[in-house]
Order: sequence, then structure tokens, then C-alpha cells
Amino acid sequence: MDDAKTAPQISLIGTSGLLFEAPGAFDLANQRRIWALARSAATLDWVAEAIPGMTNLLLVFRAPPQDVAAVEGNLRELWDKGAGDAGRGERFEFDVDYGGEGGPDLDFMAEQTGLSRSDVVEIHAGRDYTVFALGSHPGYAYLGTVDPRLFIPRRKVPRISIPAGAVSIGGWQTGASASDGPSGWHTIGHTEARFFDPQSAVPALLAPGDTIRFRISRILA
Amino acid sequence: MIEILDDDSQASIQDRGRFGWRAIGVGSSGAMDALALERANLLVGNAADAAAIEIPGTPLRVRFRTAVQFALVGAGAAAKLDGRELLPDSTSPAHADAELQVERPSVGTYSYLAIRGGFEVPVVLGSRSTHLRGVFGGHEGRVLARGDLLAHGPANADAKGVFGLTPPRTTLALPGDAPGIAHVRVLPAAEYDRFAHASRAAFWTTAWKISAQSNRSGYRLIGPNLDLETPLEMRSHGLLPGVIQAPNGGTPIIQLADAFTAGGYPKIGTVIAADLWRVAQAPLGSALRFVQVDYAAARAAQAVLDADRARVRMWIDLCRGLGA
Repeated sequence: MDDAKTAPQISLIGTSGLLFEAPGAFDLANQRRIWALARSAATLDWVAEAIPGMTNLLLVFRAPPQDVAAVEGNLRELWDKGAGDAGRGERFEFDVDYGGEGGPDLDFMAEQTGLSRSDVVEIHAGRDYTVFALGSHPGYAYLGTVDPRLFIPRRKVPRISIPAGAVSIGGWQTGASASDGPSGWHTIGHTEARFFDPQSAVPALLAPGDTIRFRISRILA
Repeated sequence: MIEILDDDSQASIQDRGRFGWRAIGVGSSGAMDALALERANLLVGNAADAAAIEIPGTPLRVRFRTAVQFALVGAGAAAKLDGRELLPDSTSPAHADAELQVERPSVGTYSYLAIRGGFEVPVVLGSRSTHLRGVFGGHEGRVLARGDLLAHGPANADAKGVFGLTPPRTTLALPGDAPGIAHVRVLPAAEYDRFAHASRAAFWTTAWKISAQSNRSGYRLIGPNLDLETPLEMRSHGLLPGVIQAPNGGTPIIQLADAFTAGGYPKIGTVIAADLWRVAQAPLGSALRFVQVDYAAARAAQAVLDADRARVRMWIDLCRGLGA
């Protein structure tokens, strides 16, 4: 099951950065505090980049600091201030073809969860998701959180490639691929939406704090 | 202009990398061996982070359409200019229409072909590096193919002759390094203690063979499976090059230049930034051994590398000043 911490955990990513993991639940309240922490940490002189994850924050070092304990203390203080950030807050709806060629793991999801195929689809499309963070590949948004009935561990062997637009589930998370590539998640559907344009002034369609709804276009055999 | 004469080389345009966009999922791309890229650029008098052609251990032929000063640095691949053998890790002038032939290397993997003036592909999101998954940057966002013509900065009349460098696999070798076996230094990562005792021990003692499925995204390692004490379903978080992930019951994967910017498999360790060039240059099928270091030793290793970079820069300045 999910690995919730009881206190903030800070760990080194070699000499390149550190990872701050928030204590407590994988929920929006905690994520809002991560967005706020990212905003304030980005102004620290030792931080080159602040990258929110799912209730965690990766900070890239400008240069490896000599006194790691000091920078960790710094972060814990900022976290304890406890302020939240609302994020951008735009709303998007995406039409999805569930199952069929574009959703090869729908049957497996149904089998693993003990639900029917249409139940899996209706539960997945039946709630609003919040963009918690962007990452993995350009423009990809991690969405929280999945209905507990659809919780499923990641694949043990990642798929070599799933296409742009693939809608997939991994753990408590769901999302839609922004470009072709490998994935350790379970692919249940496909959307024609496009999520990234490197030539645009704002390259990523989605931003943390946005709300997403998947609409059932078709359920394919 | 430079003309690419071969298909299937998987060569791509790379500079130091694309930084500052990880928060929207854009990884750095950039040279797998940043040290070799820097040396190649300095040898031809470019800025250290200019764009070059990265050749991933494959043969490649190119034609220089105009006279240029070029350098080929990295894997120690045998190379010929119009049939005449070149010194490894060196710079030479080429006359117009000369053909450079780079062979498959035997001791290293990635080579960098730098041209005085640098390659003038468009800058996308602050970098000329090719983002292969995103299909942007570099030359049309893809690997190079036969017939591609690449523009570079103005050809320069003041050719600086022929001189070279001793490769870092010699000057910066680690104890135990031998043909077919490279050592890289690793800091334990967040989930290190969650691995079973026997798996932690195996991590440090195994000579991990680099799988043929390795590439710019990551090096997959062949050896014993690593087990967690208890299964762990983690929340996705940001990753950086060097992170070694090990899915429960699987074998380790070292994340590299084209890796996902985020993921959620348990992390057993991180190759220190100062040793990423060693990973990049270890040939597929050869072995890597992980050497445990603490943070202070990792910082010290970076200082040693930086001192060596400064030494190389001085040597190159000296040679160029002498008009060698």
C-alpha cells in the first residue's frame, strides 16, 4: 500500500539535489503545501530548480552545498510555516475511448479490481482530478487521486511503448501520455488531446492546480 | 556545412543540456559524457557547452563541405580523415570535401564531433540538444540520417593544427578499473534501507553487466534480482541522471540524460555526478561495480574532477597559444 511518512523525510539525490517528502496523506491539502514550498524554495540561493512531485519536492543544487544539515533545516522551517498555494485552477475536459486497441489493460484492471469493464470506466470518468504535478515526459500531468476501488500497483515489467494520448493508472495516480514512450502503468484508454508544444510561449497545456475530467467517448471491446 | 553519409548511427546533436524545465516534465537531454563534450569544444576553441554531434558507439561517416577545424573526443574510436589515421581525443583541420570515418570503438562508447563555430541548429527551450522523445531540439528533433546537412559557425582561417589529450579513463582511473570493468561511486538513496540485507550486499559486490537494452535513457544492469524487505508503492517524484532505481524483485536501472523526469520505483543509490561520464563510457556488455561513498567524499570527487577540467583547459590554451 501507499508509503505515508510520519515526519518530513529529506534524502540526497547523490550530489545533484535532494528530495523532500511530505508526511501524511496523499491528498490535495498536502499537495497545496508542496506547491507553496516549491515557490519559496525556488528563491533559496542553493536551489537551481524546484520540481513538485506527488506530495514531494525535488530540489536541484546549483552546486552541492557543504552543510546539508543546514539546508535541510531551512526546508523543514519553510514546511512548518504550513502555507498552502491554490495553483492555477483552469478546467479541462478530455474525451476518451476506453478499452480496445488504445486501452489494452482495461480487461486486466477489471480482473484485478473485481469490477466489470464498464464499472472501471465509469469510476475513472466519474470524478474530477486535480493536476498535482507535471513530470515524467514533457507536458505529462500527474493527476490525483484515483478512486480507491481502482488502486492497482505499477506493472512489474514496464511496457516498451505506449502512444501519446494513452490514459493510464498507476497506484493512486492517473494521467494521459503527452508523447509516445515506455510506461510502468496500466493503459485503459486513449484521448486525442495534445498536451505539449515546445514552440509555444507556455509549452505545457496543463499546470498544477488545474482540474481535469475524462468524458467517456466510447467503450470498445 | 557537414553532410551525414550514414543511416543507423543513432548519432544526435547534443550540447550540455536543457536546464530549468523539469517542472513541466522536460528532462535535460544533453551529452551523455559532458566531460568529453567539453574537451571536444575546447580543442576547437568553442565555448565548453556548444553543440556537437554525439556518436553513440556506432560507426559514422561525414563529409566536411567546407574547410573546418574539428575535434573527435570520447570513446577513443579509431578514425580516419581521407584515409589517414587520427590520434584519439585530438583536433585537426580538414579541407573542403574531406571525409571523416569514425569506427566502432572498443574501449568506450560515446564520441563527440565538435566543429569550430559549433552546430547552428535552432535553440529550443534554451538548448540545442535533441529531445528524442519530445521530437524537438537538435536537427529536426531526431537522430541524424544520411543526407542531413548541418550548418555550423563561420569557417575559420586560423586553423590550429593537430594536438590531443590524454583521456580521463587514464588520468582519472579508479582503483580496480581494468578493460571491461569500470568503478563508479554511489551514494545510498532514500529506499536503500528498505532493501533486504542480502540485496544490499549484492548491490555492492556484484560486477553488474550492462544490458544491450541500455541507451541514453538509462543503463539496464544484469545481475541478481534485488528484493525489498516489504513491497513499497511509492508516490512519484522527480528524478535526476544518476539515480539507480530497482523495481522490487528486479534488477537496477541507472537513469541517464534522456530519462523520465519523474518516477516511483524504489531508489537504492545515486551515481555521483562526477562519475556519470564513467557510466556513459562503459561499453554495453562490460561490467560496472558500485563503490559506496559518503556525501563528503562525493563532493571531494567533484573537486578532483573540476581541478582536472581546469588543468585540461590550461593545456589546451597553451597549445592553441603556441599555434601547435
